[in-house]
Amino acid sequence: MESVEIQIAGFGGQGVILAGMVIGRAATIYDTKHVTLTQSFGPEARGSACSVQLIVSPEPVLNPYLTHPHLLVAMSQEAYTRFVPDLRPGGLLLYEQDLIELEPLRSDITARGIPATRFAEELGRKLVLNMVMVGFVTGQTGLISPQAGRKSIADSVPKGTEKLNTSAFEKGLEYGRSLKSKVSPLTGKPPDIGRFFEDTEDFVRS
Amino acid sequence: MDSAAVQAHDASGHDQAGRAGEFNLVSANPKSVLTGAHFMDGDHAACEGALAAGANFAAGYPITPSTEVVERFAARAPLVGATFLQMEDELASSIAILGAAWGGAKSFTVTSGPGFSLMMEHIGLAAMTETPCVFVNVQRGGPSTGLPTLPGQGDMMQARWGSHGDYEIIALSPNSPQECFDLMIEAFNLSERFRTPVMFMMDESVGHMTEKVVIPPADQIKIFPRRFTALPPNEYLPFDANGDGVPEMVKAGDGYRIHVTGLTHDERGYPALNWRSQQKLVSRLVGKIRGHADEITHCNEYLMEDAEVVLIAYGITSRVALAAVQKARQEGIRAGLLRPVVVWPFPEKRIRELASKAKAFVVVEMNLGQMVNEVERCAAGTKTVLIPHAGGNVHAPEEILQVIREVTQ
Repeated sequence: MESVEIQIAGFGGQGVILAGMVIGRAATIYDTKHVTLTQSFGPEARGSACSVQLIVSPEPVLNPYLTHPHLLVAMSQEAYTRFVPDLRPGGLLLYEQDLIELEPLRSDITARGIPATRFAEELGRKLVLNMVMVGFVTGQTGLISPQAGRKSIADSVPKGTEKLNTSAFEKGLEYGRSLKSKVSPLTGKPPDIGRFFEDTEDFVRS
Repeated sequence: MDSAAVQAHDASGHDQAGRAGEFNLVSANPKSVLTGAHFMDGDHAACEGALAAGANFAAGYPITPSTEVVERFAARAPLVGATFLQMEDELASSIAILGAAWGGAKSFTVTSGPGFSLMMEHIGLAAMTETPCVFVNVQRGGPSTGLPTLPGQGDMMQARWGSHGDYEIIALSPNSPQECFDLMIEAFNLSERFRTPVMFMMDESVGHMTEKVVIPPADQIKIFPRRFTALPPNEYLPFDANGDGVPEMVKAGDGYRIHVTGLTHDERGYPALNWRSQQKLVSRLVGKIRGHADEITHCNEYLMEDAEVVLIAYGITSRVALAAVQKARQEGIRAGLLRPVVVWPFPEKRIRELASKAKAFVVVEMNLGQMVNEVERCAAGTKTVLIPHAGGNVHAPEEILQVIREVTQ
């Protein structure tokens, strides 16, 4: 496994930072990888856009900042528009399909959508869409193991909400796994991210 | 590059516990130690380090990017029996921690560049009155209010020389959240060992990045206790040199007569405004640190055994410099990294040794040339190249690599 660069972005209130914290904590505390997480602190973070960046690596991370992400998790149209140009060719875009139109399209990436907000509403609280997305990331990439994800959620969410958040995670995980055999809706090809996740149990196989 | 290659060789050659030599270290108080593996940012880790070190008083005027340190301290203080005061400004914050120290507390304050400037007066007062305390500066781009949410390393000379008059200072520079925890304990230990203010020179990158932080059990954390006197009040002199140049301390209110002043003073602490007293006092203040530089200095060295090109970098910059060193090694260039962990006193002895062997020094820092002047002074003619950066972002490793290639051609 090489270092994997991940960008998660959305608007304030969607739980973007918490999603990053859950993934980071899972990968480094429970999966024993090296993780460095940074988040946007600038004036842009005080407006509507919000983003968190992670580097997950088998080696200590030296440069804490992203160059070209392998994975973009987009939860709002603005986040998509702003960050999709940075995604490296062959990279994977996981997006909230009811909130984002893939415009402009990039033909050199794989894009997979999930109705995360709708799933969260069905579970009883729109707020947990971030954990649906974390589950989706897990199911699609194997970046973290499902067990690590569950433990990390228990550590990270407010007391009393563990069950709801875990259900959201399971929903996203299941959906992510169910999409695995499909080819990219954009390119008609399987995603070219396997090499980044090759030593993980949920390596994407098409 | 296997991971063993990035393991640092601790150039000081002795562990932290051993550094205090003949002194009896005590274990940390378990109540204040959050033992376990955490995923936390550097600011929070610095706060936990302070708590583990025994800090029971902080005063601050919160400022980005340091706010999270005191935010966490304020939340944790009631649980561990500590006190946090949010003050009206940085002058008040920095004088409050001095007062708290004389009341027996282990104290610190937290700020960034603009507040650091306002604290200079009391850093000098702490040096003059030999008050153990820690000043945390999470550096952002400057001058003035500069870049509140982005990193800089422009306060390194200010940390050394910012207050007026002659004094020596101790400053540390962590490069990860883990080190924000570990080195904060060392900062407090050094402040107690030498009865001096210690500067904790973080940067926004290190403060705001989140990584794994392992906090050991309290009995594995060694604390340098305050050097309280065992003498009775009628024999005690508050500013007696006491063998190693560091006087023993008392707590205000314990029945000892103490007088603490920024004026030049004698062993009793009373003003003695003449050149002989000045010579004696200021020489001791400077000498207690310069004379123990070997004990205080602490560098990490990476891939240095056969290095022709020696990179010198501290704080967040040392990480991207190491990435460049690794790339250079892959190209067959014999590059290494010397990373001052304690930046003041400057590791001049080690750099003088290296100057006789190295072809060139390459100094990487997030300012337009500060510590490079110290390196040049010690390099004694060995080629020294600065890779500056005005702040706001880290250097790209490729940019550093390009300079390494050029100096070896």
